Amino acid sequence: MSRPLKQIHLAAHFPGVNNTTVWSDPRAGSHIEFASFVHFARTAERAKFDFLFLAEGLRLREQNGLIYDLDVVGRPDTFTVLAALAAVTDRLGLAGTINSTFNEPYEVARQFASLDHLSAGRSAWNVVTSWDAFTGENFRRGGYLPQHERYLRARNFLEAAWTLFDSWRGDEILADKESGAFLRDPYPGAFRHRDAHFDIAGHFTVPRAPQGRPVIFQAGDSEEGREFAASSADAIFSRHGTLAEGRTFYADVKRRLPGYGRRPEDLLILPAATFVLGDTDEQAREVAHEVRRQQVSGQTAIRFLEQVWNRDLSGYDPDGPLPDIDPDLGEHTVARGRASVRMHRDPQATAREWRERAAAGELSIRELIIEITGRQNFVGSPATVAAAINDLVQADASDGFILVPHITPGGLEEFADTVVPLLQERGVFRSEYQGTTLREHLGLGRPQPLQRELQGAS
Amino acid sequence: MPDQSPPLHLAAALDGAGWHPAAWREPDARPARLLTAAYWADLVAEAERGMLDLVTIEDSLSLQSEVFDGPDGRVDRVRGRLDALLIAARIAPLSSHIGLLPIAVVTHTEPFHLSKAIATLDYVSGGRAGVQVRVSGRRDEWAHFGRRVPPEMHPDNLDEPASRLAITDRFDEAADYVEVLRRLWDSWEDDAEIRDAATGRFIDRDRLHYIDFTGRWFSVRGPSITPRPPQGQPIVAALAHRAEPYRLAARAADIAFVTPHSVADARWIIDEIRRAEADAGRGGEPVRVVADLVVFLDETTTAAQDRKDRLDELAGAGYASDAAIFTGTPAQLADLIGDWRAVGLAGFRLRPAVLPHDLAQITRGLVPELQRRGAFRSAYHGDTLRTRLGLPRPASRYASV
Repeated sequence: MSRPLKQIHLAAHFPGVNNTTVWSDPRAGSHIEFASFVHFARTAERAKFDFLFLAEGLRLREQNGLIYDLDVVGRPDTFTVLAALAAVTDRLGLAGTINSTFNEPYEVARQFASLDHLSAGRSAWNVVTSWDAFTGENFRRGGYLPQHERYLRARNFLEAAWTLFDSWRGDEILADKESGAFLRDPYPGAFRHRDAHFDIAGHFTVPRAPQGRPVIFQAGDSEEGREFAASSADAIFSRHGTLAEGRTFYADVKRRLPGYGRRPEDLLILPAATFVLGDTDEQAREVAHEVRRQQVSGQTAIRFLEQVWNRDLSGYDPDGPLPDIDPDLGEHTVARGRASVRMHRDPQATAREWRERAAAGELSIRELIIEITGRQNFVGSPATVAAAINDLVQADASDGFILVPHITPGGLEEFADTVVPLLQERGVFRSEYQGTTLREHLGLGRPQPLQRELQGAS
Repeated sequence: MPDQSPPLHLAAALDGAGWHPAAWREPDARPARLLTAAYWADLVAEAERGMLDLVTIEDSLSLQSEVFDGPDGRVDRVRGRLDALLIAARIAPLSSHIGLLPIAVVTHTEPFHLSKAIATLDYVSGGRAGVQVRVSGRRDEWAHFGRRVPPEMHPDNLDEPASRLAITDRFDEAADYVEVLRRLWDSWEDDAEIRDAATGRFIDRDRLHYIDFTGRWFSVRGPSITPRPPQGQPIVAALAHRAEPYRLAARAADIAFVTPHSVADARWIIDEIRRAEADAGRGGEPVRVVADLVVFLDETTTAAQDRKDRLDELAGAGYASDAAIFTGTPAQLADLIGDWRAVGLAGFRLRPAVLPHDLAQITRGLVPELQRRGAFRSAYHGDTLRTRLGLPRPASRYASV
């Protein structure tokens, strides 16, 4: 019974380009101006959060062959913003998604190693792979890979990047003016990596980073994704934020770790979570309802429906009943490259289920979509939300949460001012940063360079 | 009498501990700090103190080397460095006027990524971003990426046919690359974000544009994921030593860094570039031709020469460079600048032989001397780097008139 209280890890997700972000709110600011990122990062650091997180998308979303215009559109470059934020923060971890598909290991490794130096050990990489020809049209190498090949390539990519991070051991630079020896080793950073997807060799340019390697995040949820995370990641960006689902996922992933010679605390489970606060639980529920209506306008509801129906449904009334016609089961043309489309693998079954739900609840299209896409994890007074977060963490449904506010850039302030102090009072969240690096915030060890035999490395 | 000639532009090229290979051994050098943000922040603050137009930050996708095709195995030189674009981003919030131009290798990277990165640097710096594009011919850089077979090149004879073809290809590819950078910067019109609550539309999608670039080496659909940057078009620069890069600069760049070794040489290079501009049918603003000089500066000529000799001895060889080497006092350098610029140079990019020594000699010696002569600004004017360079902010090429 009496195990010590777990310490909660909290991160702040800069609001993204989807309908969670409410841009029509009068308080909503720019998603591009650097001042918004500074504001958001400083709020997170003031609240002693572990890290800030930036998502990535490499092609503007489209629906029915047109650029999607109902949500926030456009974002800055992840690396550039994170490096600039290192100048205006001191302790906050700086995490970003970088797609392994449309990059090369040498380039990504030198960017993360550089970011780690420039932030004095605060970088983290969420490794994603999303191989779709739609996004590929923006890159030298577009193409398509089937699912199992994607994971193999992502794994190979990460292994290649690790080889590069480890190519400098950390003791090569002497910089001894007296003797004139800058280097101990005439050929630092030697590496060779060869597998099914990469065949690279030479010398890496960036000396060993303060954290050794950036903190590695993984977001995949499939069996392959879980094994990949258990073998190689420091944290999982999961989508299982409820008690039952969270505990199942948590137990499933953590039990895989010993197989890779790792301890359960070597991999953190951090689900994304939204929140709505109010002075009372009742008031918070009212605000939450209003936020849901802002997030799902009538037009947005129709667009969601089209992603399942694979048809133009613009003629339907969002306040009326669901369409009688069935989804088009042909090639998906409505929303190319969208993850939401891949989630509905059997559109006919989904349509049937949705019709039944709408009929049972007498729901209009908009009301149904509001219900189905509901993703408000924490709604209540600060005391209620603090208790809910703590309960989930202590019950091993997660090790903390990546919070996703719906207002840019001020959406984190109320949480920082009201919920964080309550968690600190409970003794489950830091009042001051103890370390300087993100690995220290997360309780992760500093990795040692892997010893690799190099042939002909000269 | 006030100077009626166009304003003089001054830039500093930052590289490690300085351009001389023994620079890191000087008493004020900080070779153990090269990988820290503070090192670069201090240098840029010094450059900004001297009201320089811009700094460039050197980079490459291979270890620094004195041989052409791989690392040189030397332990007495600075080796290893950080990504220049991220250094620029890291110091952008700490500076407020100076232009920031990281060097980016275009041969192995994705134009889509670089375009949004430079656009973002423009946002985080408030309109002070640019990029110096560099092509890669080194075999080791190709092997670091492993995607393409390096072309046959003969570094000892760049004029034999295989080398010429390889060089022409690389610079043509770079021109395509810059074209994609620029189209992506224009792919959002300035007022594309409308936030129209009445219709529920965040953007006016008619003001976003596919760029549909198709070339020999890549095709890119667009639009960018990043809205049009503050300058509209951040500054593109290229270092140019011979016909192919002159052609690239004439077709695609705002600034050409060149390496004349005399006034006559500078005049010849400018003629070459102007001819290349005419051949390319370039309209609008001509490329700004800026001369590179490596500088050893001290209060007396003797002190500067002694310092260079001492550094050469430490390095085990006399310092050689693609650019002319100036050794002398700030006043003598001001004389040279006055003589050379008369042939049509827009300015000078000075490569400090030793950091921070020669940079401080520029900001605290050369700049006040030029100001006394009425030849350099005494305050920063204008909000953006483009404004300072006298370049108008262009409308998006896709905007309907």
